[in-house]
Amino acid sequence: MTYIAKPVARHPRMRTNALGLTPRDYEGTMSTLCAGCGHDSVTAALVQAFFELDVEPHRVAKLSGIGCSSKTPAYFVKEAHGFNSVHGRMPSIATGANAANRDLLYVGISGDGDSLSIGLGQLCHAIRRNVDMVYVLENNGVYGLTKGQFSASADLGSRSKYGEENRQGPIDPVSLALSLGATFVARSFSGDKHQLVPILKAGMKHRGFALVDVISPCVTFNDHKGSTKSYAHTRFHMQEVVETDFVPLRREIKADYDEGAVRTVKMHDGSEVRFRKVAADYNPTDRGTVLEYLRASREKGEVATGLLFLEENGLDMHAVENTVDTPLVDLPFVKLCPGSTKLEELQNEWR
Amino acid sequence: MAHDARDRLNDFALKVGTVNGTGSASANSLLLQALFRMGIPVSGKNVFPSNIQGLPTWYEIRVNRDGYTARSPDFHLIVAMNPQSYERDIDEVLSGGWVLYDSTKELDDEILRDDVTFLGIPLARMCAERFERARERILMKNIGYVGALVALLDIEMDVVKGMLEEKFSHKPSLIDSNFTAIRMGADYAREHWDCPLPIRVRRMDATGDHVMVTGNAATALGCVYAGATVGAWYPITPATSVMDGFKEWCQRFRVDPDTGKHDYCIVQAEDELAAAGMVIGANWMGARAFTPTSGAGISLMSEFIGLAYYAEVPSVFVDVQRTGPSTGMPTRTQQGDLLLTAYASHGDTKHIALYPANPNECFEFAVAAFDLAERFQTPVFLLSDLDIGMNDWMIPKLEWDDDYRPDRGKVLTAEELEEAKSFYRYLDVDGDGVPYRTLPGAHPKGAYFTRGSGHDKYGKYTEDSDAYLEVVDRIARKIQSAAEHVPEPEVHAVDGGARHGIVSIGGCHWAVMEARDELLAEGVEIDYLRVRGFPFGEAVVRFLEEHDTVFVVEQNRDGQLRMLLSMETGCPRAKLIPVRYYGGQPLSKGHVLDAVRPALRAVLTEIAS
Repeated sequence: MTYIAKPVARHPRMRTNALGLTPRDYEGTMSTLCAGCGHDSVTAALVQAFFELDVEPHRVAKLSGIGCSSKTPAYFVKEAHGFNSVHGRMPSIATGANAANRDLLYVGISGDGDSLSIGLGQLCHAIRRNVDMVYVLENNGVYGLTKGQFSASADLGSRSKYGEENRQGPIDPVSLALSLGATFVARSFSGDKHQLVPILKAGMKHRGFALVDVISPCVTFNDHKGSTKSYAHTRFHMQEVVETDFVPLRREIKADYDEGAVRTVKMHDGSEVRFRKVAADYNPTDRGTVLEYLRASREKGEVATGLLFLEENGLDMHAVENTVDTPLVDLPFVKLCPGSTKLEELQNEWR
Repeated sequence: MAHDARDRLNDFALKVGTVNGTGSASANSLLLQALFRMGIPVSGKNVFPSNIQGLPTWYEIRVNRDGYTARSPDFHLIVAMNPQSYERDIDEVLSGGWVLYDSTKELDDEILRDDVTFLGIPLARMCAERFERARERILMKNIGYVGALVALLDIEMDVVKGMLEEKFSHKPSLIDSNFTAIRMGADYAREHWDCPLPIRVRRMDATGDHVMVTGNAATALGCVYAGATVGAWYPITPATSVMDGFKEWCQRFRVDPDTGKHDYCIVQAEDELAAAGMVIGANWMGARAFTPTSGAGISLMSEFIGLAYYAEVPSVFVDVQRTGPSTGMPTRTQQGDLLLTAYASHGDTKHIALYPANPNECFEFAVAAFDLAERFQTPVFLLSDLDIGMNDWMIPKLEWDDDYRPDRGKVLTAEELEEAKSFYRYLDVDGDGVPYRTLPGAHPKGAYFTRGSGHDKYGKYTEDSDAYLEVVDRIARKIQSAAEHVPEPEVHAVDGGARHGIVSIGGCHWAVMEARDELLAEGVEIDYLRVRGFPFGEAVVRFLEEHDTVFVVEQNRDGQLRMLLSMETGCPRAKLIPVRYYGGQPLSKGHVLDAVRPALRAVLTEIAS
């Protein structure tokens, strides 16, 4: 995560959002990833999503583990607090942080090694707890920083840059999340910003754990023929199951599609997610049919994308734990300490 | 060894052997509490298996009018209720002592001894005659031996009755059945034996300002009083009851009466790694967060501990030590994590640690742990052990100063950030090695990147040698500067100072005190220092310098405290004489005396020649 400051260049006619900020204000330092890396496109999509949602930069907490993907929080929202933790353990940092301060917007960035191998347990349990955060899994099927080993998401039969064939079955984060009861499950492609941005925005507004699996090709180690996570393979096999629009609260947009084909889900803050052009046999709010659809689609060699499943009335960690609405970090000490009289009363029971 | 059984008024030890899962724990605590309520100093040690039901379990009670509460393995009386352990239980009673056993089935001749008195009481048969339900018959057998002891030891019946009435006030039928069982045992004893025995009790006034509590309950209460709001943990013996306690006190003191909502969040993590991560995440946000665990958990948390050390995130780790290595003996005590916690994690790391010796210090040091963690922006370990944590201790009442306010250390507020020209996370602005930190969400100027990878004083990633060195060297200075802020050692010295000393730690305290008093009574002058915090401060260094020979008393095989002392203070190892006991039981004075007496003789001989 080499630090290279980005020159501040501001076009006088650059558009601003409701906070008067420009997209530039949501950028970070210069990326040091390889030219053409899918992760940089995901970063760009995140910048756009933050900008369009009028997010206050310093109210964002961005977290990651270790790996190429985990470097990227440095590349967006420079006024946000960042936490580049240890390999595979970002979910626990996010869980504790969210427990302490529920008012920030939590965005975790991880990769397939970080999430599906060393950190699989933490990912699963963050999903189970329904920690209120967006979890972006930049998925390229390969270990980049250590130079090209297969990751746990590499497909059976796919070949490494060195010609080796992968003979272990992949872990599909989308099916996994669905089976663990995730309330927001999406898959997208780093090369499809049009699809990715609304998904990220919806994820940020979702109360609970939002998994966004993004196929994000590694141009250096996994973009060759024989790879199933290359740009070419993903473009060819990608099948958008649902198209998603995110409609923020109080910003009605004109629909340019047939209303009858739209399924709307209201988010906690009143904004809406609209699913359109949904495949006839697909219901993004029914976990069982989604799982079944994805299984069939995988067997056909397709990469199903879109906001695949959404359940907006699930209980997040704080609802389950029944914590106060005020962030715990904001509770005054006098409210937390029972004091000497209570201690005396308590000890009368210890005799 | 014959003992004088005639003058054991308020001075004896007994041991109860039962089967775990039969309800003997409540019978034993009834016994302990009755003695305590009679104003007599008492201590109880639970020796239990890592098992739910069916294995042998023991409870040891020591009554001591002089207030010595260390474990005493000299049992004057054994209550043998478990045929599985009859042989070893009978073997353990002192010559001239007594064995109270269930005579429903007679004992095998080969385990009988002719130097002890056997007191047979047909408890199983009597319970079968008096009680209907099978479970009740098992439970009441235990209450029955308490009844026999009431008569044998001259425990006041009114005290026992009063306790039963309090305990079962919600269910009066239980008062009757329990009291029936007590009377059943007591009546049988009085009808068949001369009561009381020479080992007996008489009301004193030595426990008036005391309470009975476990170290874990006190630690948990300390966390509540310190203002901790987030607790993350993974269940592990013997630390589980810390979180049980935290939950209990939070439910009592931290639930909004109107909304029912919680001013706390307890997360049961998927493992200790995650628990550590949660604690670090919550502290990063500015909450006071902690995790209770044992040595095995610290091993798992070590990577995160290094992160918190290097990224300078406050965090509190409670280590209730148990017998290692590996899974070890999970229900036995040890002080085996001294080195582990002092330097946990890879690379150069060193941590602040606090070493409580009793529940009072568990309470006080828990509060201090949060203050030190925030002041020095680093992990702090509270090192208790199974004996302190899980056994009931008679202690002076806990005290609380309502003027206490948390030491949050150097945290910049939004207003301060607004005024500031710039903010750099790891800059040593004050020259004391402690940088300023900011909390996420407070102010745009406060943003920085927390990371475990190489960083410079501005918080930026670096692979530059000088920039790296500047930060790690400052952190080393910072941790060392905590030496004068951790709790000072407790020192007991003779007038003018002795030539020889004892250094000890944590739960060894009462055994060392008792041994030292015995040595002093024999005319052997010896000073005693108990370390209470790490890094060691000047007072520890001075004590080592001022004594020719220092016995280092601790409960681990390798002499970890001795190693720490020698590594950290440069004290020559030759003058540090190891006194180690690590078999899993709490330390008793014999462990100290057996090592110190001959060694001291050798030292004195050497000096004389």
